[in-house]
Amino acid sequence: MFDTLKARIYQGNQFIKDIENAPIREQFRGLPILKDANCDNCSKCMNICPTGALKLNPLSIDMGKCTFCGACKNICSRNAINFSNFYKLASTSRENLIADERTTKESYEKTAVEVKKEITSMFSKSLKLRQVSAGGCNGCEMELNACSNVNFDMGRFGIDFVASPRHADGIVITGPITKNMAYALEDCYLAVPEPKIIILCGACAISGGIFQNSTEIDRSFLLKHPIDLYVPGCPVHPLTFINAILSYVRNKK
Amino acid sequence: MSNWIKTQNNEKIDLNSIPTLEIKVLREEIIKLCKLNMRPIGFFGKDWGDNTTKLFVVLADDNNGILYVSSSIFEFPANNYESLTPEIPCFHIFEREFYEDFNIKPLNHPWLKPLRKNQDNYQFFKMEGEEVHEVAVGPIHAGVIEPGHFRFMCNGETVYHLEIMLGYQHRGVENLMLERPSNQLAESISGDSVIAYNLAYSQVMESLKGISVSNKAQLIRKLALEMERVAIHIGDLGAIAGDIAYLMGASVFGATRTLVINTMLEFSGNRFGRGLFTIGGVNFDIDDEKIKRAEKIFEKVECDAKRMVKTMLKNSTVISRLEKTGTISTEKAKEIGLVGMAARAAGLNLDSRFDFKDKWIEELKIEPVQIKGTGDVNARFKLRYKEILQSFSIIRKIFARLKECTNEPVNCGYEALNKENSKDSFAISIVEGWRGEIVHIAMTDEKGNLTRYKIKDPSFNNWYGLALAVRNNGVSDFPLCNKSFNLSYSGNDL
Repeated sequence: MFDTLKARIYQGNQFIKDIENAPIREQFRGLPILKDANCDNCSKCMNICPTGALKLNPLSIDMGKCTFCGACKNICSRNAINFSNFYKLASTSRENLIADERTTKESYEKTAVEVKKEITSMFSKSLKLRQVSAGGCNGCEMELNACSNVNFDMGRFGIDFVASPRHADGIVITGPITKNMAYALEDCYLAVPEPKIIILCGACAISGGIFQNSTEIDRSFLLKHPIDLYVPGCPVHPLTFINAILSYVRNKK
Repeated sequence: MSNWIKTQNNEKIDLNSIPTLEIKVLREEIIKLCKLNMRPIGFFGKDWGDNTTKLFVVLADDNNGILYVSSSIFEFPANNYESLTPEIPCFHIFEREFYEDFNIKPLNHPWLKPLRKNQDNYQFFKMEGEEVHEVAVGPIHAGVIEPGHFRFMCNGETVYHLEIMLGYQHRGVENLMLERPSNQLAESISGDSVIAYNLAYSQVMESLKGISVSNKAQLIRKLALEMERVAIHIGDLGAIAGDIAYLMGASVFGATRTLVINTMLEFSGNRFGRGLFTIGGVNFDIDDEKIKRAEKIFEKVECDAKRMVKTMLKNSTVISRLEKTGTISTEKAKEIGLVGMAARAAGLNLDSRFDFKDKWIEELKIEPVQIKGTGDVNARFKLRYKEILQSFSIIRKIFARLKECTNEPVNCGYEALNKENSKDSFAISIVEGWRGEIVHIAMTDEKGNLTRYKIKDPSFNNWYGLALAVRNNGVSDFPLCNKSFNLSYSGNDL
């Protein structure tokens, strides 16, 4: 008993107080900062990119495909590609995920998430989510689990993962959606009561990522249903995920 | 022994030097060697053109650190052979995989059910009786984890048998590896063993390309591998605590793990170490300042973990949940071919870090962990704890060595990636991840193109161990047993 109390006192308070402005280490690879003027179209970066996220003329990176591996930055001899540690990467539109020369932290934060009244009025105080891993490698899954740990403590904002789709307001998909999971995913989505949202979490879910050319995936589910939120990353950082949801469901101003 | 060719971990051999035997002879040979304490780490086919399939077999002699390779050819219409499983049970899953991929049937295989594909035809074990009932779980589970289907045959609360049906995660990784091999793809095979998978891939490609890695880069790789082990083991101790409703442990271990993976973020820009390794070395140097900061953090982590484990194990209700739960005996473990951490907890002496020749293990004087292998959740809990302490001692030794080699390059530049593979070659790399041995085997053709890439995750062997471990336990103890193994779905399904 006393040992338990001692261990508790020794731990202190672990939670991150201000999650919207939480500091992150500078090494974190987040929003790409591109300098098209430095680019000489040598296309080394394009060849090394494992997911085809990079395009030249003008230089752009599709964060929906990017695994944030940093290979393009390492190979570029002209310093045209850099990754900032800005972690609020989520967006409500797929096109918005494509970062080009004009993309800065400020401009991205302003336009990335479109707040809708019907969403904020329903979910701003409580949002229960059902997570479906459809070929996810356990990277995003572990980070989504970490969202609920004592450091990030997502539950304090009324956001939780629930066991049954019947209790959920939406689903979070990770992984490229394998053929073998396509049916279960559809089933799970149908079991969620209306109104419901779909969140795609990680490069695999958004675009197929590193598995986009696999013959074993079936992404037809995504064509049938509207996607509400795209959360890029490989895997998604807990701060990215929590801030994505907060900016989508909370009515600020 | 002209029926086999001997090789070692991370060594390249000529593909044409691998003996090709009659399947009957090969079968006898396998049985002979397995009786001499060897075990299979590779048993897979390759399309050999003109309607023929070649079967490759790799056996590991763990006591001497030697690998034996041989092969056999199946020419159409030959499409079956006498199964090895009745003689050596640990072949059961290898033969199921080979049958599923190449349609060559092992005759008299006791239970030839699908592994990854054709889940509609899965032959569930059936039990009948008035009191017997079934509990079906999955593929989507209650928690945030990967998909898989579990079916329990129970009598009241007691599990008689558990059937595990996987394959939901099948992404065709082995084929993608041939089309476009990359470190990033290797990292995504199983996202909880990013470092171990990437290391196995890098080493197998380095063997094929003939690239040697600087001492500093090797040390950073070893460091990252041990950090991954520490992070996952601490996380799993927390998850085990959570599953027995000891929430204090779940919270403290959760917060402690964060410190380790955030240090990894500092080293590599990613919490799980993605982007750290490349063929030819590592992408990021670790300077003295980072080492100093990391040393301080790890001191705290070790202290926190020690304190929490001690507090937890003083609690009698904790012990009563861990002891004699999910037991797997040493004989059973050996028979079904358990590997890695789960095998060590069951009393088998199996750790590829020590079994195969490794320069750094000898130079840094690292000793294997000793534990009484009772094979229950308690043993796995304690083994994980001991491995955490062992990893910290390895990390300290690596830090000391890293300070000495400051001016070495950490990689061979990006030209290394484009260096051609050796022609007609065969290479094996075994890496002891936190879960167990990860085996990558690569083959090239006469132009140096990859023609077969075979991956074996420790979970491939161990899932069946979990099924046996939960027998005669309560259904409610399943999460606890499951977490103590913490097997990979994506590593199994590929």
